[in-house]
Formats: sequence, C-alpha cells, structure tokens
Amino acid sequence: MSRSAKLLLLLAGLAGAASPAIAGPLGLGREAKPAEVAAWDIDVRPDGQGLPEGRGTVAEGEVVFQELCAVCHGEFGEGTGRWPVLAGGEDTLNSEDPVKTIGSYWPHLSTVYDYIYRAMPFGEAQSLTPDETYAITAYLLYMNDVVEEEDFELSKQNFASIRLPNEAGFIDDGRPDTATVSKTEPCMTDCKAEVTIVSRARILDVTPEGEGDGGID
Amino acid sequence: MSQSPKPGQVMGRRGFLSGAAAAGGAAAIGGLTGPAAGANPENLPPNVPDWSRYLGEGVDARPYGVPSEYEAHVVRRNVAWLTASTESSVNFTPLHEIDGILTPNGLCFERHHSGIAEIDPADHRLMINGLVDKPLIFTMEDIMRFPRTNKVYFLECAANTGMEWRGAQLNGCQFTHGMVHCVMYTGVPLRLILEEAGLKTNAKWIMPEGGDAAGMNRSVPLEKALDDCLVAFKMNGEALRPEQGYPLRLVVPGWEGNMWVKWLRRIEVGDQPWHTREETSKYTDLMEDGRSRRFTWYMDCKSVITNPSPQAPLLHKGHNILTGLAWSGRGTVERVDVTLDGGKNWRTARIDGLSLDKAVHRFYFEFDWNGEPLLLQSRAVDSTGYVQPTKDELRAVRGTNSIYHNNGIQTWHVQQNGEVENVEIS
Repeated sequence: MSRSAKLLLLLAGLAGAASPAIAGPLGLGREAKPAEVAAWDIDVRPDGQGLPEGRGTVAEGEVVFQELCAVCHGEFGEGTGRWPVLAGGEDTLNSEDPVKTIGSYWPHLSTVYDYIYRAMPFGEAQSLTPDETYAITAYLLYMNDVVEEEDFELSKQNFASIRLPNEAGFIDDGRPDTATVSKTEPCMTDCKAEVTIVSRARILDVTPEGEGDGGID
Repeated sequence: MSQSPKPGQVMGRRGFLSGAAAAGGAAAIGGLTGPAAGANPENLPPNVPDWSRYLGEGVDARPYGVPSEYEAHVVRRNVAWLTASTESSVNFTPLHEIDGILTPNGLCFERHHSGIAEIDPADHRLMINGLVDKPLIFTMEDIMRFPRTNKVYFLECAANTGMEWRGAQLNGCQFTHGMVHCVMYTGVPLRLILEEAGLKTNAKWIMPEGGDAAGMNRSVPLEKALDDCLVAFKMNGEALRPEQGYPLRLVVPGWEGNMWVKWLRRIEVGDQPWHTREETSKYTDLMEDGRSRRFTWYMDCKSVITNPSPQAPLLHKGHNILTGLAWSGRGTVERVDVTLDGGKNWRTARIDGLSLDKAVHRFYFEFDWNGEPLLLQSRAVDSTGYVQPTKDELRAVRGTNSIYHNNGIQTWHVQQNGEVENVEIS
C-alpha cells in the first residue's frame, strides 16, 4: 500500500462519518500534458528547482528596470509613495522603524525571480522573458550591494550560489508564546487596583504614513 | 433617553469615517441615529403608514434580493492610506452591524493582491502536478463530481488588528477587527483531489497557486492538506463571490487567510517548502531582536466586543446588550469573559448559537448602564486552554513590529455621553 493510501485510510478513520470517504480514485479529470504543466509550473525554489534557461547582466537589468519598474519602485529601488522599497535598509531590522527590503530582509534570491516572473510589473504580470527576469534580478542584487560589478551576469547556472544577507534571519513559529496567561486560569475578581488610559485612537498619532511603519502591502 | 453625538466627535482624526458619512448620509455612522431618533411622525401611531395601505412590489421585482435601503450603511469599508493601490489592498467587514456567526456574502472582507479576477467557470482549470503519480487537470464540472462536505470556518487575515501593534489607532471594530469573516463552505476535501493524482512517497508539501495576476502561491505542509483543507466552490449555499475566489478557492481551517488561495488554478506537490514572496517578505513576523518567525500559520484565540464599539455607541441608560465575536484557529471557544471596569472584575458571557471548530462564536452579556464611563474588554479561552492575552503580554514577547497575528485583548472606553473610543489601558 502506498504512503498516500495509508494516510487516506488513517484520515478517513479519524474523520469518521462526518466527511466523505471513498475507496480509491474516482477517475475524474484527465492527465495534464507536459506542455500544459510547463506553461503553468513557473515556480522557483531556493535550490534553483524550476529555473528556466536564461541569463542577464546588471547593466541589462538597469535598462529594463528603469523602463518597467522605476515608476513605482524608484530609480534606485527606493520606492515612490507607498510602493514597496526594494533596496537598502541594512541593519534596521531590530530598530524602531525597520526597512524590510530584498537586501535587508528577504532570505532567498529564488523568491525575487519567482515573484517578479509571476506577478510583476504590477498590472502587466507574466509579460517578462526569463532573460529579462534574470537581468532585473541581477540589477536588484547590485542595488542591494550583494554583487558589485555592473557586468555581473546572473544565469540558471550560478543562481543557487548567490546568497542574500538575511538568509539566517528566520526562525520557526514559537507560539503559544504568552506563557504567563496561556493554560492558566485567568483572574476573575479584584484583578487590579487601578486602571489608566494610556493610548487613545482619537489623539495618538501612530497612523502609518510611510515605509516601515506597520502598514500592510 | 436618546443621544445623537455629532459625527465629528466620533470620527477619528484621520477622518476615515467622513468619506463614508458623506456617501451614505448621517446613517452611515452606524448606530448614531437609531430608529427612534429618525422616525417620521406620520408613520407612527395613531397614524396608519403607507405600507399598511398600499400594495408593495411583486415577486418579480427582486430576482436577487438586496438589503433594505435603510441598511445602506452596512457595507465593507477600506482605509485608503493603508496601501498603495486598491487592487493590492484590503477592506473590512462591518462587524458592528452583523449578528450571529455567519457573515453575509456581500459583507465578507476582501483582500486581493492584483484585484478581482473575473473568471468564466467554463474556462477555469485546476492542475495538480509535481510529486504525483499522474499530473491531472480538472474542469469545474469534474470538481463538482467529487464527494462534498459542508463546513463553517472563520477566515481571518494575518494582518487583522495589525495596525494596532503600537497603540490604539483606528476608531471602530470594523477597522481594528474587520479582516475576518465566517461562512459555510461547500467543497471537496483536498485529500480526495490529491489522491486522484496519487502522491509520491517523498511528498511533504503542497503549493496552491491562484489564477489571478498575483499568482498567489504558498507552501502548505502535506499533513494539513490531507487533514481538513477543502477546495470550495460555494459559500453560504451559493457560488463563491468573484472577490472571494470564484469559481474555486482553497479553505485552510484555522490558518491565516493568506493561505486560502483564491481563484485556485494549480496545486504542486513537493518535498520542501518553496519560500514564496508571501511566506518570506510577507507573512513573516519580525521580532524585537531583528529575527523573524516564519510559517506562523495558526490564528490564535481572539475576541472583540462589536457592540458597544466606536461605530455603535450606547444610546440608552438602563438595560443594554453587549455582544461580540470570539474565535480560535486551534479549536472551539470554550468561554468568553467580559469586563466593564478595565479588567478589575470579569463575568462570563453567554455563548449563543453554534459552537463549531475553527468558526466564530457569538457571545452576549446583558448589563445595566447608569451613565458612568466604562472600560470594556472581552477575553476568550479556547478548547486547548489558551487564554487570549493582553496586547502588553504579546508586545513583551514580540515587540511592536511583527505586523501580523495581533490577538491581544481590545479595550473600548464608553464615555458618559455614550460615545465609545478605542483605547489602551494600563
């Protein structure tokens, strides 16, 4: 019995009568053709799995970036208005106002390629060629001081060898993390002597207005 | 007693309510003009109102019904300055205007990353590929032939209450807590669809991907995918709304809303996570030491009092109804305690209606108000024994820059004139 079949039986047993259980495949759907899979399966992993053939230099990337990206992200990746900042922000993560960019925050270069190729430019997704995407990615590495030469060329071959500065900056979920209250019976009566209002929505000016300020995007 | 605070007194200094007020008239500020305050004397006893004399519209007038015109203020609202564009943005469920545990489809908050994809179901395809015995493509007709199940679940954005990490900011539970909704989904257990393709023995993760221009992709551990994830095509009995992923979305019970991929077009099976943009740059939680938590999937136990609240002030002395919502991504809500005095003393509220796994729970607490100021809080306890923490307790561990997963206790300050303000207390 395959692992998945065993899991299926196990889960069917756990779920009881509440959810449908079936004996085996129903014969629904049809086999996806290799060309169909290749057209939709565009994701890239940190180990480079999924990268297409291609290449692009920093200098080539600068041309494409200024033409297609700078209107929102700024000529140097500094971001315009509330549009995302792509470069800079080193050593700000433990500060009051962290600036989270590709260079300061992102752990893996694969994410840069994957996201640009699938979702950028905003409003014109999936319009870039693999070469253009390699070039823009190379330019972003340059803007973030990860590479220093304008003739640096990023390709499928050397991609997985490039590491971003904050790769080690991520830890697994540590919750539940409020041990003082979790799993203990909470106080019900005479819990504190005094209560003071320390923050008011009407008068406290903490509303997000710029980068790194707790807004969402 | 009937109070009508001036709108200007109730609005936040940002004026985020003023746009809505201008669009919908005074009634847009929900609760400030109760039916008693705005009544037309000609319709009151001893007069006989028109609707008691004349014919109303026939059954052919409203093929798909909409709410009464007097409920025009019950709408989703957005906060323009939160994001750079409305296409990658969020709006908010009017929690203070709804009751029970199910959210009406038209009021369920929206969160898109490249706007609403408008998809003809005849053109929609779901592909399964990667570490499977046979990559498959399903039409919507294929999906509808699988065995189905019906489940009620809450969906909460990971960023719900995220603007409140540094202090009280937005004046209304719609804005502080409205990135949540709860509906009944009809769909196919994801394990049945994966089993149709056959999983390889080294399969450990799946990557659902959206069909919109954001191509939203996330890594989901296989255990969760085989446990309780659904591929849903209906919400509250009717087809998904386009803004909720029509014709097909992933349901990931108890986990952060970002993973509930809408317009689901593909699921890849793999042996390790993909570390996509939405699980590296976004939906990672920055801690005070500069490191970040990743894969923070669960939405922890949380509650909020929806009435009274800044958009729903107290209008009467004497008997009043306090109500709110509680939920937990780790199970059911066992209990909700409420305080009127800022946490000095607590009473257990009454959970009413269904108590369902990973769904919102409705609680009520009846009280007499003598006109004195109140500091209202609610504190939920879930079926794992987890007690909803205060914001200070969360900040002591996480600092103020983690953006996501703020499930801290909310405080409302009820003033002597019945107005209610979002505050934090010591």
